[in-house]
Amino acid sequence: MSNFVVRRLLSVIPIAFIVLITVFLLLHIGPGDPAALIAGENATRDQIEAIRERLFLDRPLLEQLFLYLSNVAHLDLGQSVYSGFPVLKLILQRVEPTAVLAVSTLILSVLIAVPMGVWGAWRAGSAIDTFLIVASVVGFSVPVFVIGYVLVDLFALRAGWLPVQGYKPLSSGFWNCLRSITLPSITLSFLFSALVARITRATMLEVLAEDYIRTARAKGANNRRILIVHALKNIGVPVVTVIGTSFAALLGGVVITESVFNIPGMGRLTVDAILTRDYPVVQGVLIVFSFVLIAVNLLVDLSYALFDPRVRQ
Amino acid sequence: MTTVSSPALSKPKPARPGVAVSLSLLALAVVILMAIFGPLVFGLGNDLNPMMRLKPPSAIAWFGTDNLGRDVFVRTVSGARNSVTVGLCTAIVVLAIGGTLGVVAGYFNWVDRIVMRLADGLMAIPGILLAIALVSVLGGGLVTVIIAISVPEIPRTARLMRSVVLSIRELPFITAAISVGSSTPKILLRHIVPNAIGMLSVQATYVCAAAILSEAALSFLGVGTPPDVPSWGNVIASGKEYFRLAPWIIAFPGLLLSIMVLSINILGDRLRDRFDPRLAARRAS
Repeated sequence: MSNFVVRRLLSVIPIAFIVLITVFLLLHIGPGDPAALIAGENATRDQIEAIRERLFLDRPLLEQLFLYLSNVAHLDLGQSVYSGFPVLKLILQRVEPTAVLAVSTLILSVLIAVPMGVWGAWRAGSAIDTFLIVASVVGFSVPVFVIGYVLVDLFALRAGWLPVQGYKPLSSGFWNCLRSITLPSITLSFLFSALVARITRATMLEVLAEDYIRTARAKGANNRRILIVHALKNIGVPVVTVIGTSFAALLGGVVITESVFNIPGMGRLTVDAILTRDYPVVQGVLIVFSFVLIAVNLLVDLSYALFDPRVRQ
Repeated sequence: MTTVSSPALSKPKPARPGVAVSLSLLALAVVILMAIFGPLVFGLGNDLNPMMRLKPPSAIAWFGTDNLGRDVFVRTVSGARNSVTVGLCTAIVVLAIGGTLGVVAGYFNWVDRIVMRLADGLMAIPGILLAIALVSVLGGGLVTVIIAISVPEIPRTARLMRSVVLSIRELPFITAAISVGSSTPKILLRHIVPNAIGMLSVQATYVCAAAILSEAALSFLGVGTPPDVPSWGNVIASGKEYFRLAPWIIAFPGLLLSIMVLSINILGDRLRDRFDPRLAARRAS
């Protein structure tokens, strides 16, 4: 067990390095001068030179990379060109809405998708199952922003039940926050629960075809016991896996959803930074999002040990 | 316990109705015709008409007009070209690079170690974020958008092809080919690649669908293809500020985009049902 955990923890290191190197190289692969890119369109020659010196862009590439990695290791993600604030501070200010949106979507999707997937597989071939298959293909075919606008039109503009746009922080009260995040979470859940339901259904079908289910049946176990004791226990690993692998899609969806609903989170920060060519912020957000993704996948892998005793050996 | 229902055992997976596949093919045919002939017949719909701003759908402008008085119908029909181009080109680029990397990695262990580590690293960056960062660094334009969308998709395809090749590599006929002295390139090209084509074509459909969605998302966020050439994404983006006043600017291209991606995904699922070795094994047993 501890062997597995240690090996998995160590495997994060090369991945993190590749992410950092990619993000670092991002500025250098373009056709233009990185210093001019960072300085923005209206910068004077002196400003560009100042940035070149401050960010060590006049040094050899390897030395720059080393300095960059060492800064990141010291939690220094640089400063915003636009506002002059430290990038890390800007990101931390925007974490809450993004985290609330991601977590609420995750909870909502799992609550919807796992029972649907299990039910669909249990009644494979029935009308419910067909509906599930169709719904899940539609769920990840319709773009997040189209779903968002349809929901806003129906539930905010016509029905007036929920706010059209905007975000209320947790400090303004839990219910206020929940109300402001309901439509965005439902929007994003379409995509995420479609992915999870599909995998849950496929896995459940496989599990139901296993010998031990037949054995349980032969021994006279009733449907409920088979479902709860024998089948559900074994879909844990694949379902958790798909949550991990589709987390990237969830984060991508968060960026778009924040844009539709005008939520001042990390996604908006990224898009605004891109539009103002504030590259240190773009790099910082990429690093933070990637590290979150790496951490989630690490937790997913470690949870295998929890769900599946075979991994522990 | 009157109904002994272990559905997976008693009934094979029901064949999905052919209707869905036929409708998907029909929808794709229409979209491709729009992509080819739309701009020739209707132009790009760039004519500004201040008198016709934000008009709802009518006999003159079937899908209504946008904030600059441009005809949304014309822009949607002609916009198919951009979306189809991005989808197809991305699929080709991703399959060529990702597929090759995957096949080579699946066959040579030392390549495998390098390529898969790189793939792990790239896949750790959320795709759409990497794509918008790439577009902003490389500058806008159709080619840049295709590159930016391809880069995050390549590792996924490489990984899939690698696993397919790994399973083919263990089959007896490969051992047989090695033992009669076939050269490695011959084994790869004559025996491994043809057997991987099925899964590759499945992957092609998914990449194509994902690319069309990504292009729309990039345009929606303001970093996609330039607005003087319409694409579904940038038509939708142009309606973003006006969706309370003029929902039709988003509705029609959004609907078409959804139908297109849905059709490709339905065809992809059908192909997968045919080619996925795991499903085939289940059917055979």
